[in-house]
Amino acid sequence: MVRVTHWLTFIAFIALLVTGGLIVISHPRFYWGEVGNVNTRPLFVIPIPASRDTVPTGYKFEMPDENGWSRYLHFEAAWVAVLAGLVYGIYGLWSGHFRKDLIPDRRDWNWRAYQDRIAKYLRRAPPDGAEERSYNVLQRTVYLVVIFVLFPLMIWTGLAMSPSFTAAFPTTAALLGGRQSARTIHFFVSGLLLLFLFVHVAMVALSGFRSRMRAMITGYTRKSEEGR
Amino acid sequence: MNSITRRKLIYGGAAAVVGAGGLAAADRLAKRYGLIPPDGGGIYGPGETLTYACQRLLTRNTPVREFSRSMIWKNPFANAVAPPNDAFKRLAAGGFKDWRLVVDGTVAHPMSLSLADLKGLGLHSQITEVACEEGWSYIAEWIGTPLSGVLREAGVLPETRYIIYNSIEEGAWASIDMQDAGDPHTLLTMGMNDGDLPVGFGGPLRLRLPRQLGYKSLKYINHITATDNIKKFGKGLGGVDPEYGYSWYAGI
Repeated sequence: MVRVTHWLTFIAFIALLVTGGLIVISHPRFYWGEVGNVNTRPLFVIPIPASRDTVPTGYKFEMPDENGWSRYLHFEAAWVAVLAGLVYGIYGLWSGHFRKDLIPDRRDWNWRAYQDRIAKYLRRAPPDGAEERSYNVLQRTVYLVVIFVLFPLMIWTGLAMSPSFTAAFPTTAALLGGRQSARTIHFFVSGLLLLFLFVHVAMVALSGFRSRMRAMITGYTRKSEEGR
Repeated sequence: MNSITRRKLIYGGAAAVVGAGGLAAADRLAKRYGLIPPDGGGIYGPGETLTYACQRLLTRNTPVREFSRSMIWKNPFANAVAPPNDAFKRLAAGGFKDWRLVVDGTVAHPMSLSLADLKGLGLHSQITEVACEEGWSYIAEWIGTPLSGVLREAGVLPETRYIIYNSIEEGAWASIDMQDAGDPHTLLTMGMNDGDLPVGFGGPLRLRLPRQLGYKSLKYINHITATDNIKKFGKGLGGVDPEYGYSWYAGI
C-alpha cells in the first residue's frame, strides 16, 4: 500500500508540477496580502515572458496559453494526490507504518544524531545495521516533513485560492494573510517539494539506482528475497 | 496457491465489487442531485466532477466573502476586452438607453428589460473580490440587481436546470446552475465603486458571480435563457469556455 500510494503520488506530483508551472506563466508575478494585479507592486517577479499580453514582462515575446487543460489536469491530479494521501494516511496509522518506519527512534531525538548522520553522508559511509533495512533519522525527519507539513500546506494554500471554498471557509485564506499570500506560499512550497524530489532521486541514484528502484517498485531487496 | 494470495484475491475481489457498486451508486446520486457538470465527460471529467460535486455540497447556503470598504482597490485592473462591435457602439452612443436584457427559455413570461427596469427591481451592493484564473485579483464594490429577482419576475419554470447568459460580443456565452442563479450575490451589475460600471469592467451590464473565477463573470450581458437541457446549446458543454478547453465550473 505504501508503494502503490507512493507511485500514484509521484505521477500526480509530476502532473501538478508541470501544469502548475504552465499556470504560473500566465501571471509570473507574486504578491502578498489579499489582492494583487499588474497595477499593484509585486513581491517579486519571475523574469520570464508571460502567456498573456496584459502582463508587463519586458519581453515582446508571448508564451502560448496552456491554462485550460493545465487547470483541468492540475485539479484532477490534485484529487489523485489527495485520495492517495488519504489511503496512505489511514494505512500508515492502522499498520503502524508511521510509528515503525517514520517516527525517529527516541534515542535519535537530539541534534547529535542528525550531526552524526550528516557527517556519515559526507564521508559517504555505507549504511550499517538497522539502516540497511529501514530509514535513518535524517530520512525519517525529511519524509515526515514532506508528508505532514509540505503536502498539507500545498492542499491548504491551494484551497485558499478557490473563490468557492473560501466563501464557505474564509479563514483558510485569512489565516495565511489573504489570497495572494496563499498563492505565493503555494509557489514556494512547490519549490521545496521539487528540491525534495531532486535530493530524493539523487539519493536513490547514489545508493544504486537499479536495486533501489526494484525495491521501491516490488518491495523486495536482493538480500532478502522473501521480503515482506 | 498459498493462503495469503488466496486471501488477497478474495479481499481484492470483494473490494472491486464494493468499489464498482459504490461508483454506480455515486453516479446515480450525483445525477439525481445535479452534481455532474456539463463538461463532466472526457479525460478530465472525473476530476472536474469531483471538484464540482464536493464544492456544491460544501458551499450550499454559505455567504460569499465580503470585504470592508477600506479594502476596495483604488486602481483596479481592467482586463483586456475585444474591441466593441457595431451593435455595442450604437448602444453606447445612445448612453445605453436602448440596452435590453432579453429573458426567455423555460420561463412563464419572456421579458425584455431596460437598465432602468433592472434598477427598478431593487439595487444591492457587495464588496467582493474578482479573482482571475491567471492568478491576479482585486476588490471592488459592485452594485446591481440580483439575477434571482429577474428570474422570479420572469417566472422560471420548475424544470429549469441552467441559466445561460450571453454577451453582446458574438459567441461569448456561459451558464450557471440553479444554485448559483438563485444566490442573492449573483448580481446583474450596473455600478462599480459608487459610479456607473465602466465599459472596461463590463458596463453597462455584467453578471458578477463572486464564488467563481473572473471568466464566469461575463461582460456586456444582453440575453438570458433558462433551460432544462444544456446539451442543446453550442457543443453542449455549457459555455464557450469549455469549448476552448477551460472548465465550465470555475469555483477553484
